[in-house]
Amino acid sequence: MSTESKSSIPTDSEIVFGILNNSENAIKRLYVAYFPMVMQLILNNNGTPDDAKDIYQEAIIVLYNKVKKGDFELNSKLKTFIYSVCRRLWLKRLSQMNRYSGDIHDFNDHLPVEDEVEEQGERDIQFTKMQSALQMLGEPCKTIIEDFYIHNRSMQEICENFGYTNADNAKTQKYKCLQRLKKLFFQQK
Amino acid sequence: MRDEQLIEAIERYLNGEMSADERNAFEQLRRENAELDTRVVEHQQFTGLLKQYGERVALEKRLNAIHEEIDVHAIAEEVTVHPSWIVQLWRDHHSKISVAASIAIFAVLATLFFTGYLNNNNSYTELSREVGRLNRSTTDMKKDINAIKKGTRVIAAPDKSRGTGFAITSNGLIATSYHVISGADSIYIQDAAGRSFKVKAIYNDPQSDVSILKVIDTTFRGLGPIPYTFKHSESDLAENVFTFGFPQDSPVYGDGRLTSANGLNGDTLDYEISVPINPGNSGGPLLDSKGNVIGIVKAKETRLEGMHFALKSSYLINAIRSIPEDSLTKVPVLNTENSLANLTRQQQVKKIKPYVFMVKVY
Repeated sequence: MSTESKSSIPTDSEIVFGILNNSENAIKRLYVAYFPMVMQLILNNNGTPDDAKDIYQEAIIVLYNKVKKGDFELNSKLKTFIYSVCRRLWLKRLSQMNRYSGDIHDFNDHLPVEDEVEEQGERDIQFTKMQSALQMLGEPCKTIIEDFYIHNRSMQEICENFGYTNADNAKTQKYKCLQRLKKLFFQQK
Repeated sequence: MRDEQLIEAIERYLNGEMSADERNAFEQLRRENAELDTRVVEHQQFTGLLKQYGERVALEKRLNAIHEEIDVHAIAEEVTVHPSWIVQLWRDHHSKISVAASIAIFAVLATLFFTGYLNNNNSYTELSREVGRLNRSTTDMKKDINAIKKGTRVIAAPDKSRGTGFAITSNGLIATSYHVISGADSIYIQDAAGRSFKVKAIYNDPQSDVSILKVIDTTFRGLGPIPYTFKHSESDLAENVFTFGFPQDSPVYGDGRLTSANGLNGDTLDYEISVPINPGNSGGPLLDSKGNVIGIVKAKETRLEGMHFALKSSYLINAIRSIPEDSLTKVPVLNTENSLANLTRQQQVKKIKPYVFMVKVY
């Protein structure tokens, strides 16, 4: 009985509340529920299963951020929203690859989601820059920055992990690392 | 304040680690100092981006983990639009099919080629009678045997081909088809009585397939007045026509109708006629019921029954007019008095018989 309810398609509000509550299970059920639909869209429009995975995950992230920001209104179906975002993303990808022939085989209704996709695209550019800046930063700076700013570890913990004799040394190190990261980040075009 | 300490202060402020007094002082400073305010906003944005980046990485990791558990292949199978079996067959085997098809086409073409089917030229045969090599060797053998019997040996080269010709003037101008005499070393004509005269070609027109021969034999004494006339205009369809020629050693009469004003594939040089003709008839006269020469028998379409062709007489008249003057002793005058018009066909044939010759080419 429980597996039955898990595999069936979850309701939209279940998902929205699940995301807001950081429920692992909600995301999983969402993912499983609509992946075949996106697979169908991509595979029948010149794409591969890997393309489908990329596009679908990007769409899930768009939805996730929208829900987290609190501006997702349940006035359209979740399914339609995901489909529309994937469709938009795929069209963009196709035209980038010069493979867009001017028509797309649709399997669902869709909404205009240009704004969401644009926003996502811009943020993706920022994240790519951040990723390469962190890469260039090297160790131990990368781990210090990640521990402190991303994983919210205290300076004390970091101190112990890296074997600094006192917290001040660690703080100085962290300050220098942050300055370098900023420099690397803003240097990029 | 050193930059490092400033950043630390900003961080403590943003993280809410300052005491109330400290906080008020910092906010006061921030309001007064625009530069400090910019630094605070900048730092907040950057660390925020860093945090969001971290979250994104984590989320992607989660999604990838979920994706790992999905049977992607099964879903792909399920959602792919399967084309009909024939399209599937083509997609799976198109290279093999292409190879098979090209081999098949090649085989058909090769078979057609080797069986001579593609060689259309065979069907349009010109009617000069080729005396085949086999035939010739047989007559050679006969002659040899006779010679041995008689004790003498007659050397007579066999004629290469035969056709028919007919007189156009009484002083010995003979018309025939160009293809009958083309490539000839020497040409003889033989009348129905069996007398032979040496002739030479004085005018050839390969285009309309007509040749004019002139008798150059000293024993030739001239012919009587030509009984037939030459028609300048085109004859009408269904005109009753006949010919007289030498498909074999004795002259053969054949009659029929004029069935088309144009020849093979709309060739305007020719008439199409239903007169039964055979190799050797080439170059013979085609006459209408009044005894006018309306054409020269020329060729037949062997693939189709009853499709025979004759060159229109107007081209013959053109050819006679184009004979170079230096090869003539006097300008040819075509007969204008028809003495056949009111005769029966038997009488007509009898009258024209001396004016039709077998053309023998060596």
